[in-house]
Amino acid sequence: MIRDVLRKPWLWSFVAAFLVWLATMAFTGFKGGGELISAALTFATFFVIVGIGQMFVFTLGPGNVDLSIPATMTLAGSVAMKLMDTQDSMIVIGLLVALVIGVGVGIFNYILILGLRIPPIIATLSSSFVILSAAIAYGRGLRIKPPPLLAEFTTVQVAGIPVLAIAVVILAALMGVVLHRTIYGRSVTAIGQSIRAAGFAGVPVERIRFLTYVLSAVLAALCGYLFSGFSGGSSLSMGEQYLLASIAVVVIGGTSVAGGNGNLPGLWGAALFLFLVQSMLNTYQLSAGLRYLATGLIIIAVITAAGGQKTLR
Amino acid sequence: MIATVLSPKVLRAALPALSLLILLVAVWYLNPRAISPLGFNLMFNLAVPIALATVAQMCVITVNDLDLGIGAYVGFVVCVAATWLYDTPLLGIAALIGGIVLYMAVGALIHVRNLPSIVVTLGMSFVWLGLAILVLPTPGGKAPEWLAALMKYKPPAIPIPGWGDLQIPFPIIAAVVIAIVAHVLLMRTSYGSILRGSGGNPKAIERAGWSLLKTKVVMFGAAGFFGMLAGLALIGLTTSAQANVAERYTLLSIAGVILGGGYFVGGRVSPVGAVIGAMTLTLSLPFLTFLKIPPDWQIGAQGAILIVVLALRAIIDRLGPQQ
Repeated sequence: MIRDVLRKPWLWSFVAAFLVWLATMAFTGFKGGGELISAALTFATFFVIVGIGQMFVFTLGPGNVDLSIPATMTLAGSVAMKLMDTQDSMIVIGLLVALVIGVGVGIFNYILILGLRIPPIIATLSSSFVILSAAIAYGRGLRIKPPPLLAEFTTVQVAGIPVLAIAVVILAALMGVVLHRTIYGRSVTAIGQSIRAAGFAGVPVERIRFLTYVLSAVLAALCGYLFSGFSGGSSLSMGEQYLLASIAVVVIGGTSVAGGNGNLPGLWGAALFLFLVQSMLNTYQLSAGLRYLATGLIIIAVITAAGGQKTLR
Repeated sequence: MIATVLSPKVLRAALPALSLLILLVAVWYLNPRAISPLGFNLMFNLAVPIALATVAQMCVITVNDLDLGIGAYVGFVVCVAATWLYDTPLLGIAALIGGIVLYMAVGALIHVRNLPSIVVTLGMSFVWLGLAILVLPTPGGKAPEWLAALMKYKPPAIPIPGWGDLQIPFPIIAAVVIAIVAHVLLMRTSYGSILRGSGGNPKAIERAGWSLLKTKVVMFGAAGFFGMLAGLALIGLTTSAQANVAERYTLLSIAGVILGGGYFVGGRVSPVGAVIGAMTLTLSLPFLTFLKIPPDWQIGAQGAILIVVLALRAIIDRLGPQQ
């Protein structure tokens, strides 16, 4: 039993997150440990939302990645904020519009991938140029405040635990069921293990890939909507750190980069780890240069330790 | 004869140059005065560093990886050149060589641990940015005189009887030299074909007795070298340095390789195409300005140009025999 747990690939991300928390606490003399965990849960929530989508994309196999996540977040966030115009009555409509934008981006990405027969990395990169431009032209760089109710929902805590984090834990658990127990999830895994074998076995490969890219874009849009509510409005640079974050949480979380082996619990461990590293470096009061340097080195070190497993093939 | 000219292979090879030519004609149509030595100098000024960064990116793409840290690395080189290389040249040279060695180490790490290059190079982009800020915390510094002089070099005019003097702009000469050097090294040497082969069919190259580790290290080292040249060219053009000066180079360089006919997998790249692709991207900005496209849409329009070229290539591929 214990051995089974120790062999779980997601365990290490939680261990790493805990060690970083300890290292931070050692510096402050164990003051504010609870608050730090609350903050970590809050920020990790947004990493996990985009991480889920990116993980499904990664599971499709080598070469599959969604680089349009930051642009999609920005577009969905700014359109929804402008549409809602700080009115509580528009919250649901704003959410729906954000999700529709996600579906649209997903369809656009997939058309590029299939129609132009270009690798997803190039397709999503090209589309992110266009999406970001749309966000810039539409939002004009103005910061529009979220409706008060949305702001409250994204920041409210129960006993120190953010409600949003609880909701996303449930979302992640549901997506775990989707990945491991549904025909769709199993098809994603099958394609990642061998696209040819999956095709011969009758898996509708293209339909599954299509759904997966739409899923990733929809989650990115949802994240943009929620993050705009949380951070007091949308901004053009809000998606910036999510390119690294969405990929890093997937890899650090123990999902196989060769595809065919997704892992949901690890997303949480990795997302907490990423935030805690940032706050640790802030606590140590390092200069900006050293902070960037340390962030880069720690991410590479953890990926070297966590990733790099031999592929099954 | 017409069938040969219109064969997919020829069309595919001609597409990058054709895109550039179409864009040039469009610019000429919108603003005839731009097609002059002065206009070329202004329009293609920044093409030199972008072309070098694109060749660097192409080296990494040849071995089936992607470098998301090249922009930050070029920024690091700019900062080193504007400070250490200016004040204490020996220290500056040592730091630049150190950068190339670090690039080679990253290549080795990616190969040995079988890591996804996008994550490692994205992590490296933080490392380069951090190092750049440590070297130059606030914007400033000064370009070494010889670099500024080189980038401002005005080649002597060639007199053409009965027409006048032909003044070839420096950026054009530089682009041709970069393209020829990269082409000869990668396409015309025997080890160059091994390097491309290690992207196209790694197993075959390994069974034939070549070290895949070595090819990866060589290609990442080459990327570091061309990236360094890009940074040096950039500081020669700008007056002062800043850590994030070349942030956009990461995306531009990838787009340049793809526009130039490179494929993302299989070692199918084209150095000449990559340089042409970089020039096309550089030219797209004045083109969009002449078209009076608002700045908000300029990134999007570049993305659209990329998509259009890729669509043309997909159509050409479909005309050809099924593979």
